[in-house]
Amino acid sequence: MTSTLAAGPARAAAAPDVVATRRRSARSRERLAQWAFLVPAIVYVVVFFGYPIVKNLVMGSQDYSVRTFVSGEAPWVGWANYAEVVSSGIFRTTLVNTALFTLGSIVGQFVIGLLFALFFKRRFPLSNLLRSLLLLPWLLPMIAGTAVWRWILDQDGGVLNETLRSLHLISEPIHWLTSPDVALVAVILVNVWVGIPFNMTLLYSGLQSIPDELYEAGALDGATGWKAFWHITWPNLRAVVSVVLVLGVIYTLKVLDIILGLTGGGPANATQTLATDSYHRSFQEFSFGTGAAVSNILIVVSLVFALVYLRVNRRAVDE
Amino acid sequence: MRRNHRAGAVAASAAVVALASTACGGAGAASDPGTLTVTDTMSDTSAPIYDEIYAECAADLGVKVRSHHVAGSGLIATVLQQASSDTLPDVLMLDNPDVQQIASSGALSPLTDYGITGDGFPRGVLDAGTYDGELYGIAPVVNTVGLVYDADLLEEAGIEPPTTWGELRDAAARLTTEGRYGIAFSGANTFEGTWQFLPFMWSNGGQEDDLTSPQVTEALDFVNGLVQDGYASASTVNWSQNDVNDQFLAGKAAMMVNGPWNMPSLDAAEGLRYAAVPLPVPEEGDTLAAPLGGEAFTVPRTGDPEKMAQAGAFVGCVTAGENQLAMATGRGAVPSDTEVAAEASAENPVVAAFADTVLTARARTALLGPDWPHAATQIYTAVQLALTGSEPPADALERAARN
Repeated sequence: MTSTLAAGPARAAAAPDVVATRRRSARSRERLAQWAFLVPAIVYVVVFFGYPIVKNLVMGSQDYSVRTFVSGEAPWVGWANYAEVVSSGIFRTTLVNTALFTLGSIVGQFVIGLLFALFFKRRFPLSNLLRSLLLLPWLLPMIAGTAVWRWILDQDGGVLNETLRSLHLISEPIHWLTSPDVALVAVILVNVWVGIPFNMTLLYSGLQSIPDELYEAGALDGATGWKAFWHITWPNLRAVVSVVLVLGVIYTLKVLDIILGLTGGGPANATQTLATDSYHRSFQEFSFGTGAAVSNILIVVSLVFALVYLRVNRRAVDE
Repeated sequence: MRRNHRAGAVAASAAVVALASTACGGAGAASDPGTLTVTDTMSDTSAPIYDEIYAECAADLGVKVRSHHVAGSGLIATVLQQASSDTLPDVLMLDNPDVQQIASSGALSPLTDYGITGDGFPRGVLDAGTYDGELYGIAPVVNTVGLVYDADLLEEAGIEPPTTWGELRDAAARLTTEGRYGIAFSGANTFEGTWQFLPFMWSNGGQEDDLTSPQVTEALDFVNGLVQDGYASASTVNWSQNDVNDQFLAGKAAMMVNGPWNMPSLDAAEGLRYAAVPLPVPEEGDTLAAPLGGEAFTVPRTGDPEKMAQAGAFVGCVTAGENQLAMATGRGAVPSDTEVAAEASAENPVVAAFADTVLTARARTALLGPDWPHAATQIYTAVQLALTGSEPPADALERAARN
């Protein structure tokens, strides 16, 4: 933009031919440079985002099986895969589980993450060390994390049940991972643990950007403690909060490793979500068509939240 | 064009799993004349036994051999990726329930082309490798499940190894004490859970194409009773067969349903005197029908007839009698050939229990073929619904069968 403006006056002043040629070659070189910057990004987006998504959309309408890999034939079946998925008995369960899992995880991660962020805003000895320790769940390979959690949550002799029992909080062991009524709660608990660092880190940096003068001025007007939080912290944190929540939802919707590591979708499908169901259909039953159909449904749901994110983000920038 | 399309398809659909395997998938790709490539799923401990046999057979044929061991869980992804890029190995090992899936895709060649007919092998073993009437895979050694028990505990309690469901229940009840369950088995929400329920279902006359039949319901009722009455842990629904073996080794179960592949770890356990019998049947005189496990060797269609013929001869050599014995003793398995199995049984009474079971064992894919994985999912779902107390067995089966 700026270069065309700069070229403007030059056109009027200089001798016509030579300058025009030079300008033209300069401009085409500039055009070339522009493309050189754009092409890698375009290629990247098309190859790593565009192609897989389009391929997945197409696969959702194909009878795509083991046979396809050898013969290359994947007959077009239109909406049949979606009809099969939606009418299968498990679809309602996975939908409800996905909603509960996402909602429960987000609420837990956000509330605890916010409390930690507020806590660490007060500087105290070793606060930086403690804050970095809280990042650990983020650094741990998820499969290792879930293996340890399986051991903690084991009903006979697991650390959690033993602790609760020695505190006389429970008399009978809780079947954390083996009862269909409790397993989803257990899986949510673990996912909350995983998500706390993400929430805390973003919210903490949000808190850091609120100027101290606001609190000082508020304190003069009698806004301290809870009032200060409600009238100063929360309004100033809102933009960060919406970003954290929307990103959290998108990340949580697609969680696969935690569930596979803890329960594998069981017991009795109690922790089966759209993501695990898609994985199961594709890689256990080799029905890649219906697996793609399920993940397309998941993509649409994520897309809705992604649009919300973009809107929220734009509003935050406008403000 | 078509090639491109297919290769891309793999990238998109098998992305998660294939990423790991594509990196090492190259081993089968290079087609070097005079060298046979073999892909198998042997672990670090079994691989040397197999590699030695491969080397001997290759030497007999005057070729070289290069083996490539992959994890069982990643095999199918590797195979699909190789199939779409025409880089399948000359000899491919497949878990027997997958043989029909892969054969149905047209990637394998019939073994009869190379003179392998499976004479002397029990019917179950041949069924497992057969698709559409043609033999595509042959397993040199097989396995199944039986009842493994702590011989000292049973003797102390004066209990004879059970042979019927009634006796099994009674023994489990009497062997259950504080801190120890009478019996352990796997009811996991994976194909392992299905595999362990099959002997009860099949021996009672149930079939995988009719899961709501009274025979299947009765079988689930029996297994469920063991858990609901506290003779088996409620954690059964989360235990893999490895976990079951760990429970048994830790003394937390007096008996377990498990396979011969645990023999090396059971032998290594100090102070444990264990024994095995075939799984009990519903009533005295009933025939036991247990599932047949084991990995089959196949010859993929690589488009090079000369090498395929060499690969066929190689498979014939690897799966021959004396090699079966070496693999079986090394890994804890039963030789497929009935005569060789009898030889192994004479040496080890534990092997004998499994070898007897193999004679009447069934291939999981015998009835449904490539549709087996779907039925297998329904079966473990029903087992889970029942064992977790979510639904009574009959309702559990009905609900699972609707999926």
